[in-house]
Amino acid sequence: MNIRKTTLRAIIGAGLMALSVNAFASEGAELKHKHFSFEGLFGTYDKAAGQRGFQVFKEVCSGCHSMTLVPIRALGEEGGPFYDEKHPNPIDNPVIKAIAKDFTITDGPNSDGDMFERPGKPSDYFPAPFANEQAARASNGGALPPDFSLLVRAREHGPQYIYSLLTSFEDEAPEGVELRDGMNYNPVFAGGQIGMPPPLFEGSVEYSDGTPATVEQMASDVVTFMAWAADPKMEVRKRTGWMVMIYLFIFALLMYGSYKAVWRDVEH
Amino acid sequence: MSGYSSYEPKSGFEKWLDSRLPIVRLGYDTFIFPTPRNLNYWWTFGGILAVMLMSQIITGVILAMHYVPHVDMAYDSIQHINRDVNFGWLLQPMHAVGASMMFLAVYIHMFRGIYYGSYKAPREVLWIVGMAIYLLMMATGFMGYVLPWGQMSFWGATVITNLFSAIPFVGDAITSWLWGGFAVGDPTLNRFFSLHFLLPFLILGLVILHVWALHVPGNNNPTGISVKDVEKDTLSFHPYYTVKDAFAIVVFLMVFAAFVFFMPDALGHPDNFIRANPLVTPAEIVPEWYYLPFYAMLRAIPDKLGGVITMFGAIALLFVLPWLDTSKVRSMRYRPLAKLFFLIFVLACIGLGWCGANSPMAMVFVTGTDAATGEPTGFSFLWLARILTLYYYAFFLLILPILGLVEKPKPRPQSIEQSVLGKGEA
Repeated sequence: MNIRKTTLRAIIGAGLMALSVNAFASEGAELKHKHFSFEGLFGTYDKAAGQRGFQVFKEVCSGCHSMTLVPIRALGEEGGPFYDEKHPNPIDNPVIKAIAKDFTITDGPNSDGDMFERPGKPSDYFPAPFANEQAARASNGGALPPDFSLLVRAREHGPQYIYSLLTSFEDEAPEGVELRDGMNYNPVFAGGQIGMPPPLFEGSVEYSDGTPATVEQMASDVVTFMAWAADPKMEVRKRTGWMVMIYLFIFALLMYGSYKAVWRDVEH
Repeated sequence: MSGYSSYEPKSGFEKWLDSRLPIVRLGYDTFIFPTPRNLNYWWTFGGILAVMLMSQIITGVILAMHYVPHVDMAYDSIQHINRDVNFGWLLQPMHAVGASMMFLAVYIHMFRGIYYGSYKAPREVLWIVGMAIYLLMMATGFMGYVLPWGQMSFWGATVITNLFSAIPFVGDAITSWLWGGFAVGDPTLNRFFSLHFLLPFLILGLVILHVWALHVPGNNNPTGISVKDVEKDTLSFHPYYTVKDAFAIVVFLMVFAAFVFFMPDALGHPDNFIRANPLVTPAEIVPEWYYLPFYAMLRAIPDKLGGVITMFGAIALLFVLPWLDTSKVRSMRYRPLAKLFFLIFVLACIGLGWCGANSPMAMVFVTGTDAATGEPTGFSFLWLARILTLYYYAFFLLILPILGLVEKPKPRPQSIEQSVLGKGEA
């Protein structure tokens, strides 16, 4: 019946509409169409990019940006950039132990009632660069550097947005745009004026694997790292998803066959 | 559950139990039940909803074991569930996406009921119980969305609870009573968690009443013609419809799984990945997609109280629908005009959803530029929402009552069996 098809189309249309609701919101300049390893139905995090991205995070971003919801051990858990099959428990992973040791953690109180500092352990969370929001704002001209834990998922088209933002800083504001004091011009950012100065310059970090540290390369790497930080279980989720879909597909075929068999002598 | 019973206790124990607590009979009669033989796939959404409700309750109870209803810890506890709890990465998106899937299924279920006249005598109570379930689902979904304590959680809760302040004289008092304070805060989050845990079990209770009320008159069917001969017109629910429902349920689960595993964020809003902050209002406050049509109605009316009345009135109309439709013909299959108006009604609901997702000031299409301000001019979502709201109300208050009196229905088959065998369309 015609109306059935039309209704079905209407329902599918409603579903698509719900999906595209978010697409209307962003205001800034058009985003760059960058494809990342982790996108798509089969996408996984590029491990080498994730490791380089961690280096960028540690040496550049973490001076201002916190990542409080991610423990250091997560780097070495399955799906993480430093996961090693030989050490499924990241606490045994020497790379993770070495990374953790580089951080200084305030712990305590000890038996004298004093706080003390010690080298980090894999079970620690990444320490925040500022004690509180007020301290962060005071050091950043009033702007609050957002936490990295979920930042990729907290923006429309997060990976493309952050990549475009990092690679679209302009030295001079275009004519007619009056930059407020301490602001920087970036057409991707809503309103064009952003508190963050351009964070990446050619050679900001020196990659141990010899990859040339261009701004685009570092931006792409750090976005891969941030995407992992925001969704560390993505790989296991997609992998499980395929098993579930195959299972359900076979199950559906069996049910359809059963349906046809049970109804074979019934006119309906 | 009531009325028809073909159960015959066989063993001595069953006979003994049946005369004391006929619980085996209850289960038996729920599934061995005469069901019209011509039900199409639109009838599978009841079973789908039952499965989704159980999925929501099971995932929800487990999530509640790990969730912390406190303004300082709620947001982190959701991340703890996703990152550290065993299979938390599966349970949390299943529950969040599951809510959307339940609403998708319930909307199809309701549109089916309207199209085939399933609310008409003798099924008015069945329909009203269903509407009560829908209303409780809206409340449950709303409170559930507040629990992750992201920006949209907080501001959605602020906007919706503020609606009650539109009530004359006592509005502000009611709003503070709902909040447990002078703003949405820790007491609000705690009570929402408590109620979000409670309401699904009330829904489950109403579902049992819904099935009971279904089993008294029996299923409606695509022809809308009552069962005349149980032998010829019906089949036993089991195995005929258990197997058909099972197939539909598995197909629906594939859609569900596609969202859970491959695009868990698609139906949510990115702002809910930002911790709730009472000092920062998001650029736009958008509710979950399943509330958007009502949100559009709320914003279509320039007066706050008027908007609230329009929004809740739209749901109230559904409760009295059985008495608004004057047509004696149940199925719109035989009502060419009603069919057309129904199609427009479905499109109006979807269009209202579209309006709800956009700022009322944004343009549906631009016709020019305002000479003074440089702003684009044209047809705004505000006016689209107003027109569609008007149609929504007209559909229930004018079209259905009048159409029943003036429309000439097409000839209907003599019986369900005749329609199945293809002799009855004349």
